[in-house]
Amino acid sequence: MIVELGHFALILALMVALVQSTLPLWGAHRGDARLMALAGPAALVQLVLVAGAFAALTWAFVVSDFSLAVVVSNSHTLKPMLYKVSGVWGNHEGSLLLWVLILAVYGAAVAAFGGNLPVKLKARVLAVQGLIGVAFLLFLLLTSNPFWRLAMPPLDGQDLNPLLQDPGLAFHPPFLYLGYVGLSMAFSFAVAALIEGRVDAAWGRWVRPWTLAAWVFLTIGIALGSWWAYYELGWGGFWFWDPVENASFMPWLLAAALLHSSIVVEKRESLKAWTILLAIMAFGFSLIGTFIVRSGVITSVHAFANDPERGVFILMILAFFTGGALILFALRAGSMEARGVFSLVSRESALVANNILLTVAAFVVFIGTIWPLVGSMLLGRDLSVGEPFFNAAFSPFMVALALVLPPGAMLAWKRGDIGRSLRGLIPVMVLAVALGALAFAMQTGRTALGPVGLMLGAWVGFGAMADIWARTGRDGVGARFARLFRLPRADWGKATAHFGLGVTIFAVSAMMSWKIEDIRVVQEGETFPLGRYEVRLDKVEEVQGPNYTSTMGFMTVTRNGAVVAVLNPEKRIYPVAQMPTTEAAIDYGFVRDIYLVLGDRQKSGGWAVRSYVEPFANWLWGGCIIMALGGVLSLSDRRYRVAAGARRVPAGVPAE
Amino acid sequence: MIDSLKRRWAECPSYILALFLAVTPAWAVQPDEMLADPVLESRAREISRDIRCPVCQGETIDDSNAPISRDLRLIIRERLVAGDTDAEVVDYIVARYGEGVLFNPPAEGANLALWLAGPALLLAGVAVALAAGRRRVASDVALSPEEETRLKEILKE
Repeated sequence: MIVELGHFALILALMVALVQSTLPLWGAHRGDARLMALAGPAALVQLVLVAGAFAALTWAFVVSDFSLAVVVSNSHTLKPMLYKVSGVWGNHEGSLLLWVLILAVYGAAVAAFGGNLPVKLKARVLAVQGLIGVAFLLFLLLTSNPFWRLAMPPLDGQDLNPLLQDPGLAFHPPFLYLGYVGLSMAFSFAVAALIEGRVDAAWGRWVRPWTLAAWVFLTIGIALGSWWAYYELGWGGFWFWDPVENASFMPWLLAAALLHSSIVVEKRESLKAWTILLAIMAFGFSLIGTFIVRSGVITSVHAFANDPERGVFILMILAFFTGGALILFALRAGSMEARGVFSLVSRESALVANNILLTVAAFVVFIGTIWPLVGSMLLGRDLSVGEPFFNAAFSPFMVALALVLPPGAMLAWKRGDIGRSLRGLIPVMVLAVALGALAFAMQTGRTALGPVGLMLGAWVGFGAMADIWARTGRDGVGARFARLFRLPRADWGKATAHFGLGVTIFAVSAMMSWKIEDIRVVQEGETFPLGRYEVRLDKVEEVQGPNYTSTMGFMTVTRNGAVVAVLNPEKRIYPVAQMPTTEAAIDYGFVRDIYLVLGDRQKSGGWAVRSYVEPFANWLWGGCIIMALGGVLSLSDRRYRVAAGARRVPAGVPAE
Repeated sequence: MIDSLKRRWAECPSYILALFLAVTPAWAVQPDEMLADPVLESRAREISRDIRCPVCQGETIDDSNAPISRDLRLIIRERLVAGDTDAEVVDYIVARYGEGVLFNPPAEGANLALWLAGPALLLAGVAVALAAGRRRVASDVALSPEEETRLKEILKE
């Protein structure tokens, strides 16, 4: 019964979305206030309905209702409760329902908190949002209905893929979706503005918090996924340039670009057409991401839950929304005249450089991702593109971005003085070069990657500190410190996010260049050296888990005889899913992780053991968290909470 | 286009699909495969990081636990022990398994488009930005011909 109610609520939600996407749009066109006023309540009702459907599906998973096809193929009575719940979105149907739920949440948020938006803009934004809802609800109901009943319910389910039974991964998809779908807000605002034919500073101010929120969620979601891959997949890699990873990375890059260009719209009323185009592309890439993940067109290690039939449907959605928006853009872009002019050396130009680099980087990721498809369809050749390509073709743009970031962030609006911002950065430059040289001298191998990464990371990270320090003026140190904490939160957000980027840049290059790997056969009781440590395999035992059996190694890591950590790497077998997994054992440390993996028993006796020392691994996730924190700080700035100010006071700096 | 995709997908044998699910616990390089000579072994690792596992598109043979990846890793080591250069080893594998195993497509022929796409777009972006910037400044600073004549008239008066 509850399941039927959920199904029914989903169908009703489609009806409401149809109303939401048409009548308010017509009302805004005709100037009919009653029709426009429909949009808000419709968005709220849609949220209630979709949330009801989601709750019904969750209930079915919690009580293990095996008359539902999705529950059968993705759950099991013995599964721990957390994974019963996360199983709701650990499959295609449920994850799309989550997609639609988040879409409805965003729509309702605009309806509830968008009181300060002009009535017409609000009606149009909600209508576009409703239209996206229609497309995805149709997709859900026609091709991927989560409420599909089975005539002959089995006694028990087939279990969720054991790899997905993990706390890190339980929350990875919701965050990614919050990000993907958050970009639909930027898209809806962009299309509404195109319909309206008007983009001004206030528009920039309204659209920015949504983009920022989406970007924060994407950052956290990508970091969670990467962390999961790091500890779960068992070889300590954190990024594989896998098509599905790229699918989340491209919207992240474009959201970062959009975030920066909408600052220019808001403060200087420039780059309007470009910002609109970016908003369309960012959401377009979210849809492409959904397409890549859900269609299985590009094979990847993420190939759970996909199907070409569905891929065609998503392709149609993608074509409709990006195609439609781009046509609208072509028709209307001319009406968006820039007001603020700026010289070649200015904050605006620096942000243009940021946008070019981020967009080109996203494009490189895109072409690398689809190249195998191009190869097989157009060239008739079997081609692969992997990490070596991306390292060579993508990284230079990131290096360039890191180089221009600190001075660019300190340039004045409109007309800057490059000499002045560089002079302020001289201590940072000296420090960065010194650290790089020190690292080069200290490291054992002769790779340039590590030292250069340290140098760039320090340049960006300490540059961010220099930036916020420079904002405190030119008085005595005491007065500047006092002022430091009175600076607007947006300034702190900017510096924090840039600092986090610096940390991340350093951690990525450190992990790529200074990792220690050791693969060998170890007898029980044997000790072997690993970098500065010694590792002993004490014993290996069979252990019974809640829904798996485990072969567990007992290993002791020592340094000069003192015990550093006792670790238990495992090999698990989940009998229901008939699937083995490795559970690496990790000793997390501030400057290094010790990462042990137990392999197969050898015919000659002993066990295959893989051991790694991963330098600065925690800095990578830490850097991402700092970046996200910067976004949150920026979001909490008063100026956004009272975005109403944008309506009453003419916003931004006057043009001339 | 979509049809051929569907076909490709449908043709994909289920054991390969099962592999996608099963590959992830990494057994990858096994101790018994490794060469005693650390220099040769590290060269072998370098090479195998650029070679795709032929049955599991997303992974290198270095990471994959598919039997064929193990075979390839052994072939690489055999060739290296026989005295081949790195390039010769790669050619040997490409000759037998096709260019699809190369994760790093060589920058020649049609692949040039892949490699040059980024730099080309960067140049285009910079050019457009500069042109737009110039136009913006010009429209702001320069006077139209009518304004010029009017200015001259004013100055004459």
